[in-house]
Amino acid sequence: MLNTLAASENRKAGSVWRRLKFGIPLYTMMIPGFIYLFVNNYMPMAGLIVAFKQYDARKGIFGSDFIGFQNFKYLFATKDALVITRNTLLYNGVFIVLNTVLSIFIAILLSELFSVGARKLYQSVILLPFLISTVIAGYIVYGFLSADSGFINKSILPLLGIDDISWYNEPKYWPVIITLVYIWKNVGYNCIIYLSAIIGIDRQYYEAAALEGAGKVRQIFSITLPMIKSVTIMLILLAIGRIFYADFGLFYQVPMNSGALFPTTNVIDTYVYRSLIQIGNIGMSSAAGFYQSIVGLVLVSVSNLVIRRADPESALF
Amino acid sequence: MKTKEEKRFQVFSHIVLLVFALFCMIPLVLLLMSSFEENSTLIREGYGFWPKAFSFEAYEYLFRHGGQIFTSYFVTFFVTVVGTAVSIVLTTMLAYPLSRDDLLGRKVLGFLVFFTMLFNGGLVPTYLIYTNTLHLKNTVWAVIVPRLLLGAYYVLLMKSFFTTSIPKAIIEAAKVDGAGEYRILVQVIVPMSKPIIATVLMLTAINYWNDWYNGFIYITTKTEYYTIQALLNRMLQDIQYLSNNAATMGNISESVSKIPSTSVRMAISVVGLLPILIVYPFVQNSFVKGITLGAVKG
Repeated sequence: MLNTLAASENRKAGSVWRRLKFGIPLYTMMIPGFIYLFVNNYMPMAGLIVAFKQYDARKGIFGSDFIGFQNFKYLFATKDALVITRNTLLYNGVFIVLNTVLSIFIAILLSELFSVGARKLYQSVILLPFLISTVIAGYIVYGFLSADSGFINKSILPLLGIDDISWYNEPKYWPVIITLVYIWKNVGYNCIIYLSAIIGIDRQYYEAAALEGAGKVRQIFSITLPMIKSVTIMLILLAIGRIFYADFGLFYQVPMNSGALFPTTNVIDTYVYRSLIQIGNIGMSSAAGFYQSIVGLVLVSVSNLVIRRADPESALF
Repeated sequence: MKTKEEKRFQVFSHIVLLVFALFCMIPLVLLLMSSFEENSTLIREGYGFWPKAFSFEAYEYLFRHGGQIFTSYFVTFFVTVVGTAVSIVLTTMLAYPLSRDDLLGRKVLGFLVFFTMLFNGGLVPTYLIYTNTLHLKNTVWAVIVPRLLLGAYYVLLMKSFFTTSIPKAIIEAAKVDGAGEYRILVQVIVPMSKPIIATVLMLTAINYWNDWYNGFIYITTKTEYYTIQALLNRMLQDIQYLSNNAATMGNISESVSKIPSTSVRMAISVVGLLPILIVYPFVQNSFVKGITLGAVKG
């Protein structure tokens, strides 16, 4: 009796040991990847501490002197802090709403097409902008908006009898321009996700509804939309988790870094970049970066919590 | 039988989709057409959808004076090939052990990978570490290394493919036959995972090809390491610089007309875009698959 107990204890201890030992080839296999993650991801995470320091290149991130919240005091004393927070949140808020509505709308239309060939063709075309780098997108926008050779100023405005507009000096137009470029680049991507969810719906529901006399619009509202609800909520919550991060290229390349446009184009990411690389103010930029990383983490965790409450299956962690 | 309402709905759908498809395509048409416009006409008449004076001037210029462009093209190819190859190897070697449920500590290790998707140090510490600790600034590695394990996202994508699509019995059988883990990975897992590997490969390659950000930040003096995207970016900044100065001098059109080859910029964009346009029809299916797979989890 005692013997068997001891033996089973032994086996247990042995099994952990044995599992570790047999796992050695698997662990060594992961070493390169983890070294990479350590250097590329975990070191910078620890490096966030630079926001509380007076950075000195000779002493490095971890050797520099602590100065407490000094950098944050400077950052939040400027009106930039408010502007970049507002811009980041507003743009992303608008993007989430428009992207969701448009993607679902287009996906429904695509799913209803009789011709599969036509569906494939439309799908290829609307996904294409997603594959174009932001730099090239910036060139294309310049082709439309350049003050002296842009298509709009040279060909459209004269037709309407309107004077040239100096697009890259007028902040008021940019919320619309940036949003259009965002939609152009991103709707195709989300659309594909929704389309695959819609195609997965059992066609029998629609046949039954049609027999009952429900029209197309009624079918969409009573079958399609409820059936894709969980995908939709998940994508929205994921986007909300990223609401503190802006697409750097969209806000830097597309307005061509034009200073006159900062009131409506400066977001946290462009602010961090400019303070770091162009101004060389490591204190300000690290404070803004820290602010973004921490609030970002909180938002991801909260939205995950919400997802887990609503639908444990689709929670991230 | 198709009802009248269904037919009307089809027409409506086609109209809306056509309009949206045009919205997506028109900017690309402007880019392509402008690259065939004669430079002086382009400056006088502006960018347009049909070249008023059709010419290959811009492309001829690229071929004759394009030393930097050939270099950049070569750098882009090199970066894309090396970066994608190393990424795939790293990703697979990380994803396979994580997919094994007999691996002790799998949950913790998996979370360490996943956590990098939730939280990151951001630009400042990353930049300081890459430049001051690793001294990668102005080397070709600066445009390869930062993208090797793209946010760990593909690791998880691959891991979930391994767990769901490869029966445990096959791994067990290989072990009984005396195969080691590395041999199992190379001879059993990889051949069975071609679809997911193809998808990740292609998404990674496109990301490398289109990456301008790292070149923009880390390549500041060594123009020989400019990728196509970084080169385009530099040229865009130059236009901006020149037109800003022209504005302060008060005579915009004259100064801008002195910038050579406005159409050349469009031509380089086309050249940078071309490989993607050529590959796109062939890889579209696995690309779409990659997007929908990703949406299933995270």
